[in-house]
Amino acid sequence: MAEVLVLAELNPAGGGVRKTTLEALTAARAIGEPSAVVIAAPGTAAGVKDALAEYGAATVYVAEAPEIDEFLVAPKAEVLAQLVQEKSPAAVVIPSSPEGKEVAARLAIKIGSGFLTDVTEIAADGTATQVAFAGQVIVHSKVTAGTPIYTLRGNSVTPEPAAGAGAEQAVSVSVSDAAKLAKVTDRVVEQKSSRPELTEASIVVSGGRGVASAENFSIIEGLADSLGAAVGASRAAVDSGFYPHSFQVGQTGKTVSPQLYVAVGISGAIQHRAGMQTSKTIVAINKDPEAPIFELADFGVIGDLNTVVPQATEQITARK
Amino acid sequence: MNIVVLVKQVPDSGSERKMDPADNTVARAAADNVVNEIDEYAIEEALVVKEAQGGEVTVLTVGPDSATDAIRKALSMGADKAVHVSDEAIKGSDAVQISAVLAAALGQLEYDLVICGAEATDSQMSVMPALLAERLGLPQLSGARKLTVDGGVARIERQTDGGYWAVEAPLPAIVSTWDTINEPRYPSFKGIMAAKKKPVETKTLADLGVDASLVGQANATTQVVDFAGRPPKGEGVKVTDEGDGAQKFVDFLAGQKIV
Repeated sequence: MAEVLVLAELNPAGGGVRKTTLEALTAARAIGEPSAVVIAAPGTAAGVKDALAEYGAATVYVAEAPEIDEFLVAPKAEVLAQLVQEKSPAAVVIPSSPEGKEVAARLAIKIGSGFLTDVTEIAADGTATQVAFAGQVIVHSKVTAGTPIYTLRGNSVTPEPAAGAGAEQAVSVSVSDAAKLAKVTDRVVEQKSSRPELTEASIVVSGGRGVASAENFSIIEGLADSLGAAVGASRAAVDSGFYPHSFQVGQTGKTVSPQLYVAVGISGAIQHRAGMQTSKTIVAINKDPEAPIFELADFGVIGDLNTVVPQATEQITARK
Repeated sequence: MNIVVLVKQVPDSGSERKMDPADNTVARAAADNVVNEIDEYAIEEALVVKEAQGGEVTVLTVGPDSATDAIRKALSMGADKAVHVSDEAIKGSDAVQISAVLAAALGQLEYDLVICGAEATDSQMSVMPALLAERLGLPQLSGARKLTVDGGVARIERQTDGGYWAVEAPLPAIVSTWDTINEPRYPSFKGIMAAKKKPVETKTLADLGVDASLVGQANATTQVVDFAGRPPKGEGVKVTDEGDGAQKFVDFLAGQKIV
């Protein structure tokens, strides 16, 4: 069976394999036999090999060197290109993340291939599905030059275990000077959250301008916690200082596609819809019956979020 | 300090955006076109650096004739001059191809810093800085929420989930910005008037020394096979809270097996 290289996306500081990698391994199986590629700082692969094999990796290529973490993106792209040139895979699948897309782009130039970003599905013949224009248009595309490179949008494919051999193969790493220009001098965590990450969560509860203050966002957090959900915020809420930008959902923030999206006090302007329109189920809570968000919602409550949300949280918690 | 700012004219996401069934490309001619929103932050950042360090800001865009609107916006904010690459043959090009055109155009300019927006609203690929860094051998300082330039070194705070990475590189470098980096200024009336006199150079592929066989849809590295409007969601259920709104919401979740 044709080999498909899947670049592993890992959690920082030895936190294991991200769910997006398991999704990518699953998606890759549509077009061939996946091999996982771990390009990371020394000592990383040991902790993730088994998880990769569990989701179908026939081979786990391990390319470890300190430069990988010391310089931004370029070393990863360079090592991946070397591996692609060596192994001539049928395709390369990379989890979509800011870094993943940048690696895919640089790889495409290096190997003279085309690439497709944020695909939600890859068919056996290599045709990929993408969603354009804030979820309004579904597009099918193919790569027509070189080795197809895909970045897979998070939360689009359900990871399915499939036992793979997981045979470890060390890859020698040589990073050129050209890849050592952008130096990472610090990694700073400003908010530690025990909640699921926005783009990975199966439920997202978002607050908008209607929440009215940073303090009041605690009721959004309360509802999110009762559902084990991630918290999101509209641009209006972020611009007003109610919640940090890293939780912004929308055109200039994150795009999410969870099972359930609860929009609280969010009017539903196109810039916001761009970030959540493809969520499977959408619930809106807003005191304005004319709010455009209701056009998208499977279920809507016209009411004061300050009453409805805490009541709902209480009832959900009571049911547990 | 010579700075080049890349801007892109895109269909307004506030209007209905379409694909053209004649050739499966983005319908750009029919759309209301605007400057890509995040590019305004890139223009502002370029102006901030110029005001601190001295020098010149050149706007560069690849686009059809209507892209002059994007150029005019940047010039009225305070950019000094512009280069507009326009050529029929470029129509339908993909990101890989456009990056070749931009790289060729940059090759004809002198710069210490290239600044662009981190993402365009039409494709949302967020890859141009990486493509250009790769083609031009420039350090990639992408996804910035903060930029400082000092003594020939550019330092950014690269936005991440829950924090940032501090990344630095010697100039020349390419920096891309998010909308968290600054507050773009509104062009003043004086600025708008002054923009009309600022030099705008138009270049074709031949001026750049780029062969037409490298660009255009027929030579693209990816192709759209087909597209369709996403089926609209059916009519949802709406209830008015009369003390029971929360209950009905929770019942709905139970029906969906979420609680």
